[in-house]
Amino acid sequence: MELQAVLMAAGGGSRMPDLTYNTPKPMLPVGNKPLMWHPLNLLERVGFEEVIVITTKEVQKMMSTDPKMKDVKMKLDVVCIQEDGDMGTADALRHIQQKIKTDVLVVSCDLITDVALHEVVDLFRAHNATLAMLMSKAHDFTETVPGQKGKKKTGEQRDFVGVDQSGKRLLFMANEADLEDGLSIRKSIMRKHPRMHIKTGLVDAHLYCLKKAVVDFLADNKSISSIRGELLPYLVRKQFSKTTNCPKSKDDADDQTQKTADGSTNSTELLICSRDEPLLQLAQERSCWNDHRGDMSEAYHGGKLRCYVHIMDQGLCYRVNTLAAYIEANRLASKLLEEPAVHPSAVISERCQMGPDSIIGAQCQVADKTSIKRSTIGNSTTVKEKVKVTNSIIMHGVTIEEGCNIHGCVICSNAVIGRGADLKYCLVGNGQQIEAEGKHRLVSRF
Amino acid sequence: KEEKQRLRKEKKQQKKNKEKNDEKTSHEEQPAGSASQPPAQPSPKAVPVPASEAPAPADKPAKSKADLKAERRARQEAERASKGKKGDVGQPAPTGKLKAPPSELQPVVKRLPEHVQVDNPEVVKKLAKKLERQQIPLRSDYGYKVSLFSHLHQYSRKAPLTQQLGIPSTVIHPAIVRLGLQYSQGIVAGSNARSVALLHAFQQVIRDYTTPPNEELSRDLVNKLKPYISFLNQCRPLSASMGNAIKYIKKEISNIPSQCKEEEAKIKLLNCIERYINEKIVLAAKAIAKYSIEKISDGDVILFPPNCSFNVTISTSISSSLVNHILCEAFEKKRKFRVIVVDSRPRLEGREALRRLVQKGISCTYVLISAVSYILPEVSKVFLGAHALLANGYVMSRVGTSQIALVAKAFNVPVLVCCETYKFCERVQTDSFVSNELDDPDDLIVTRKGKTQLEHWQKVPSLGLLNLVYDVTPPDFVDLVITDLGMIPCTSVPVVLRVKNVDQ
Repeated sequence: MELQAVLMAAGGGSRMPDLTYNTPKPMLPVGNKPLMWHPLNLLERVGFEEVIVITTKEVQKMMSTDPKMKDVKMKLDVVCIQEDGDMGTADALRHIQQKIKTDVLVVSCDLITDVALHEVVDLFRAHNATLAMLMSKAHDFTETVPGQKGKKKTGEQRDFVGVDQSGKRLLFMANEADLEDGLSIRKSIMRKHPRMHIKTGLVDAHLYCLKKAVVDFLADNKSISSIRGELLPYLVRKQFSKTTNCPKSKDDADDQTQKTADGSTNSTELLICSRDEPLLQLAQERSCWNDHRGDMSEAYHGGKLRCYVHIMDQGLCYRVNTLAAYIEANRLASKLLEEPAVHPSAVISERCQMGPDSIIGAQCQVADKTSIKRSTIGNSTTVKEKVKVTNSIIMHGVTIEEGCNIHGCVICSNAVIGRGADLKYCLVGNGQQIEAEGKHRLVSRF
Repeated sequence: KEEKQRLRKEKKQQKKNKEKNDEKTSHEEQPAGSASQPPAQPSPKAVPVPASEAPAPADKPAKSKADLKAERRARQEAERASKGKKGDVGQPAPTGKLKAPPSELQPVVKRLPEHVQVDNPEVVKKLAKKLERQQIPLRSDYGYKVSLFSHLHQYSRKAPLTQQLGIPSTVIHPAIVRLGLQYSQGIVAGSNARSVALLHAFQQVIRDYTTPPNEELSRDLVNKLKPYISFLNQCRPLSASMGNAIKYIKKEISNIPSQCKEEEAKIKLLNCIERYINEKIVLAAKAIAKYSIEKISDGDVILFPPNCSFNVTISTSISSSLVNHILCEAFEKKRKFRVIVVDSRPRLEGREALRRLVQKGISCTYVLISAVSYILPEVSKVFLGAHALLANGYVMSRVGTSQIALVAKAFNVPVLVCCETYKFCERVQTDSFVSNELDDPDDLIVTRKGKTQLEHWQKVPSLGLLNLVYDVTPPDFVDLVITDLGMIPCTSVPVVLRVKNVDQ
């Protein structure tokens, strides 16, 4: 077995409280499929047969009832964890350490992408890397976000990512929050990689290939709780640390583990050495290849811990963790899905005008003289006559009475929109009722 | 009476066939051959090229009806006989003309390997079917191929084979996928490195192997290895050293007695591999170093083209790890010499060789191959590494080696080739066209001062980029071959092969 896939679906969706109020984030519909279906689909397309899903009990219950999840042909091994939110992603990995037998591919449930996964995994394989991750150039979300008055300032802090000249080797990673006065780069890194490109406009796709030894290391180091926040910067820093690079004989390393209480550095020592080290070393010696030139050191500067990143510049890659991203993802969902946009069981009258980028769910009823453009309509939704729906996301079980005009809104499940209501850029929560003839702009209704 | 005539005719034809077969077997490898064959040979071929049937009778318009009938009957009988055999005798490729191929009546059917018949659609189809059976994706050729080499594969590095494989590769062992990737990206390059990496991957495969019920390890493991080898072949054509290593492993596996327990068998195989690497590569390098050091005297200037894994300096050409090793050893033995490293594009492997030598403290000079005739007057010896030594004494090595050997001969500089015995192969080749490797043509594209002239080379209809990897050096240019068995002349290679075969 080469890789085991792990899907992290226990996240709370803390950045879009309005939507996750009632529905947990992994089950939010995107293109009429639950959010977690998309990364699962990606894994299935690429050839995985089993996935370990780490999620909460609530999501597990919803998963078992949702028909779309039954489409997933892979074997899903669901592991439930407490919902209190104290568990970080690294803690979750530690929790399932017993199940991990080989290298892991960790995916977040809110990733929607059409990346060619072999690009990331090839980096992992070819260079015998400890970490390989995926990043993408960030897209600006241009659409107005419903329910938010005015442009929200990006309170998000930037990530600084440093890569080498080839754009593949990850040299530096830090978040603005961790950098007090400025960005400081160690001299040893500069000596080994004199040319470094530092990028800030990248989106971390939260897709990581990790060696099994990293999971074992996590098991020993209980202080690391988040993969993205703590483990990754640690690994990137460790690439150039002196202790990892000094060749130690096996006996020394064993002694050291018995000595010190804090096993962190020492387990990293044992981390990289594989049983067949001498043969690999021989092959590398005889091979006339080097990953850099200009100085006197051997390939990879003799470092055993290597981190790689694949930066996508074309193609879709979204992390649906904010409302704006959610809307954008829905808009593009029709491009990703192979199914027909209109579900066969939907009843659509002939006098309805439907744009090509709209998605209509199962068992919908769309009456005459309606116009649906660039929208997603969920299952079992009823749309009565003379309704105009543009640029909106309508979830399941919604009833829209006659004469409504809905533009740029997100309407959650089981809501009822009264007759003649005129909604622009509104966010309507679950089960809410909008009164008839109501006129709302940029309102959040719960 | 007619029957008697027929029988006489058949006898005559059989005699002529036999003569033709003898000629054929001796000139087997030469592509320009059979044009001189008397066209009256009925050529019963297994290759389903229908057009050939037409020229045979058309060539002799003056034949009588009886002759034609007799010919036809002989042909039919021969075809019936050949239907049992499966030999696919391909056509010699470079000239592209249809030659009368050796008839199926001959007892020894020599098969042309598929990798030199890429322009023959049937062979390609057969390969595709075989790969499909083994569940390995077929790698498609890339770009325009120069016509002289259109019978060889040409792959692009940007389209790795892993694109078409599922990600947790279940069909192919992950160690082999990793190895294939490293081959195709050039991370593991050089015949010694490739063989060591291959054996290392096989060790991992053997470790993870479990015999399925009702199967014997000796047969099943060999069958398991076949798709892996096809996969590696698709990633990058196998080298001669790898081929020999694979043959050795397969032999060892098949020799495992059936009553041997699985654990024992596995340990035995792993030890065999360790021993092979130790004997044939590591110790061989030491032995070769010992012999070569005798040849390096103080004050020598060595030319070294670095394609050999060791590069011995003195004139090293296109880096060889072996020659590298030898030079480093010689330096440690306190010989005083200096090295001139000759490098060539696009691989520029000389830089890595240069780095290793300079790290040891050897004084080196670095030139490109275009300057060889300029510096040769200063050189006292030329050390070459080899990718393989062919049975007719030719040395197959990185492209540029034969050029250096030629120039060295012109300047009367002794040329020494260092090669381990496990790289000796039974193939025979006299030119670099028949069997070679075409590397990614995009490697030749270089950006200087922000401008990439060749960026859109595919759009220019009359332009083809050729990136050859190997060439053959005739034995007249090589003065000595240093192997772990001693110092032998180039023409003794078949003797060594014979002795090796007898041993085994």
